[in-house]
Amino acid sequence: MAYAHDLASIRRLIASHKRWDLVFVCCGAVALMVGVLTFTALFVDMAIDGVPRLTWDFFTNYPSRRAAQAGILSAWVGSCLVMLVTAVVAVPLGVGAGLYLEEYAPKNWFTDVIEINITNLAGVPSIVYGLLALGLFVYQFGFGQSILSAGLTLALLILPVVIVATREAIRSIPVGIREAAYALGATQWQVCKDHIVPYSSAGILTGIIIGMARAIGETAPIITIGALTFIAFLPPSPIRSEPPFISFDWLMSPFTVMPIQMFNWTSRPEAAFLQNAAAAGFVLVLMTLAMNGLAIWLRYRLRKNIKW
Amino acid sequence: MAAVAIAAAVEGRPGQSAATAVPKAEAKKLSFYYGAFRALSELDLVVHEHRVTALIGPSGCGKSTFLRCFNRMHDLYPGNRYEGEIRLYPDDTNLLAPGVDPIEVRMRLSMVFQKPNPFPKSIYENVAYGLRVRGERSGRSLEDKVEAALRGAALWDEVKDRLRELAFNLSGGQQQRLCIARALATDPEILLFDEPTSALDPIATASIEELIADLKQKVTILIVTHNMQQAARVSDYTAYMYLGKLIEFGRTDELFIKPKHKQTEDYITGRFG
Repeated sequence: MAYAHDLASIRRLIASHKRWDLVFVCCGAVALMVGVLTFTALFVDMAIDGVPRLTWDFFTNYPSRRAAQAGILSAWVGSCLVMLVTAVVAVPLGVGAGLYLEEYAPKNWFTDVIEINITNLAGVPSIVYGLLALGLFVYQFGFGQSILSAGLTLALLILPVVIVATREAIRSIPVGIREAAYALGATQWQVCKDHIVPYSSAGILTGIIIGMARAIGETAPIITIGALTFIAFLPPSPIRSEPPFISFDWLMSPFTVMPIQMFNWTSRPEAAFLQNAAAAGFVLVLMTLAMNGLAIWLRYRLRKNIKW
Repeated sequence: MAAVAIAAAVEGRPGQSAATAVPKAEAKKLSFYYGAFRALSELDLVVHEHRVTALIGPSGCGKSTFLRCFNRMHDLYPGNRYEGEIRLYPDDTNLLAPGVDPIEVRMRLSMVFQKPNPFPKSIYENVAYGLRVRGERSGRSLEDKVEAALRGAALWDEVKDRLRELAFNLSGGQQQRLCIARALATDPEILLFDEPTSALDPIATASIEELIADLKQKVTILIVTHNMQQAARVSDYTAYMYLGKLIEFGRTDELFIKPKHKQTEDYITGRFG
């Protein structure tokens, strides 16, 4: 192109340069739409099939041979209990490990190797965790095909996510804040407990919830450890009427979870069961969206007071 | 021009009785290493009680590194090493001795940083934190000490009605005075200032300088500054450092008006730096 030396040709030149902006805007919009439209189409399709089945009974009925009477009671209760175990195990372990690595561990080749391995663990296929859990929790420890085994398996699965989120949240705290606390004579533990953990809690919570949202939809490792697909009873209640009022029998109970219930219904030939599967899928997607929504809200609430 | 302004600043200050000054701390043959790099070599310097001692010198001369030796901040990072001693009087403790806990040192010497760094907590909690670390639990006595510290930092009147508000809502100058209050609350023996006004506007700077002049009645002050006029205005003693060495140390009026070394003279008259 010729060198622009008068106003008219400068304007022509700018106009031709700006055409590339337009080209990229179009490409970018198409790329975005591929993702967004695919998800919307899937979700809407599932909603059309499934929403008519979403009655009160659907949530309070056990699975049944008759599609119209089948419900997801044992599945959603199972999912909630498994998630409870997962959270109770993964949160202290993940936050503890992340805090230790970031604040206490010496920086040498050994901790570097551990760091790299934790990042790699996040990419290990979930079925591999299932196999490990089958050997370790189900047979070696003798937990059987129970809620405890499933919760522990999913806890292992999301542990790297929680550790990485914890470390990143801690790293975003400015050096000046840390030094200010040390300069006042605080010990390492006081700095962690009074400053590091409170100021990084938004990021840590977000990581936990994102991890849990991933775990709730996991199917492969749960099938591998042998969750049942047809369960017409609930685990024993954790609350008793006589002392000691609390019972942990439910941990050892057989169970099913939402994605397995869906998987079971999808493999049936009758169209009515496919509707049930769509309805269960709709509920599951809403559960994960709700968890992500909670993560966003918590991050907003907790970061409102922290500006750096 | 600069030299004239500095001379005026030195002479414009109220007189002082330097004769009665007693040593509060003393660096003896202090060297400091970041890994293999020797950042400070064999510094000797006396910090006098209830006086302001300023450390000046061009960027990278090691003045902040020197200051951070006093409260063992370098211990927070691996690969750092001290040689020599910093003696704290009257108990004649070597702050750098391996047997001396850096946490104990930091409880005796407070620090105010370059950039205001309040905690994302309330104004009250910021000042109270050092006291809590020291085991202060009682509500009444804690409140009194927080108030005293905020008064000491000339901030009380501005914040007394909003102690529960977040410290981030204060202006930059107020935040820095809050950090001074936080450092004062535990009654430190020496207050270390690391370029406390470099992130502030001239009006906030003036109020901090005024505060430093008042504070020396109660506490010994060691201040790093890259602003020579500031050193001339606030300090009683000045040390000029260059490339990790102490070139000249003396009373501020003498050092600025009749420097003994050519290098010091070149720096303070603005011929280099």
